[in-house]
Amino acid sequence: MNVRYINPFVRSIRNTFETMCGLPVTVGKPQIKESTEPGADVSGVIGFSGDAAGSLVLHFSFETASKIATKFAGVDITPEHDDFADAIGELANMVAGGAKAQFEGLNISISLPNVIVGANHSVSASRVTPRLIIPCDTEVGQFQVEIGMESTASKTTTPSTVAQGVAS
Amino acid sequence: MKIMLVDDSRTIRNIQKNVLKQLGHEDIIDAEDGVVALRLFNEQPPDLMLVDWNMPNMDGITLIRKIREVNKTIPMIMCTTEAEKSRVLEAIKAGVNNYIVKPFTAESLNEKISQTLAKTQAATTTKA
Repeated sequence: MNVRYINPFVRSIRNTFETMCGLPVTVGKPQIKESTEPGADVSGVIGFSGDAAGSLVLHFSFETASKIATKFAGVDITPEHDDFADAIGELANMVAGGAKAQFEGLNISISLPNVIVGANHSVSASRVTPRLIIPCDTEVGQFQVEIGMESTASKTTTPSTVAQGVAS
Repeated sequence: MKIMLVDDSRTIRNIQKNVLKQLGHEDIIDAEDGVVALRLFNEQPPDLMLVDWNMPNMDGITLIRKIREVNKTIPMIMCTTEAEKSRVLEAIKAGVNNYIVKPFTAESLNEKISQTLAKTQAATTTKA
């Protein structure tokens, strides 16, 4: 994964949680995801397509997800609440949209959000590897943002590369 | 004044409703996608619309184009995570009067709504 994709996500994570939940986020050092990563209880998933493809996943424990959703919605939101998944999905949507807007010159579309709720689950979100885990800390708990993204341009043969091939 | 909120996230519609109620707006209707919004538009024409871009069934840009085919004056504000300049220009071309990028604060939502209503009222007064 190209490192130029990381900072837009970091900025968007901070902006989304600060603006919508009043929660400053301390972002830790991104790490490569190991296959042995422990599972999450709640995951908000967004896919990217276009000039770059991949996905973003927000991973929470039940407790942190409830506290963050409550801050976001302004009313008590437990995992049983009808709007619980909706709130987590919308936060994932905002983080993805905010990052996408910073990828200048790239035409990228984002999917509608999907939310997985279930104790200690794992998400096989994308074939894009390596995937990065960005650890995030707030006053209501920690969560993780997983991203995997790569340019799709390298997978297609552009007219210029064809021309170079012929010339050589 | 009747205001219609169109967003597939009920959480966002509730946040918008709370801000609007604090501003004194009580007559609020909402829709979870463009298809429902278009039906409601015909049944209970609103005076202002807040429209999300990415929604299932019918997205916001399609909804705005369809409404502009039959109504040139209703003020519409796009409220979306789509923040690129090209998207803003596309929305303006389709007929939106203002644009709010998510995430948004209550203050910015309030400001854009007031701005949009003031411009629309000024345009109406000038024509009269």
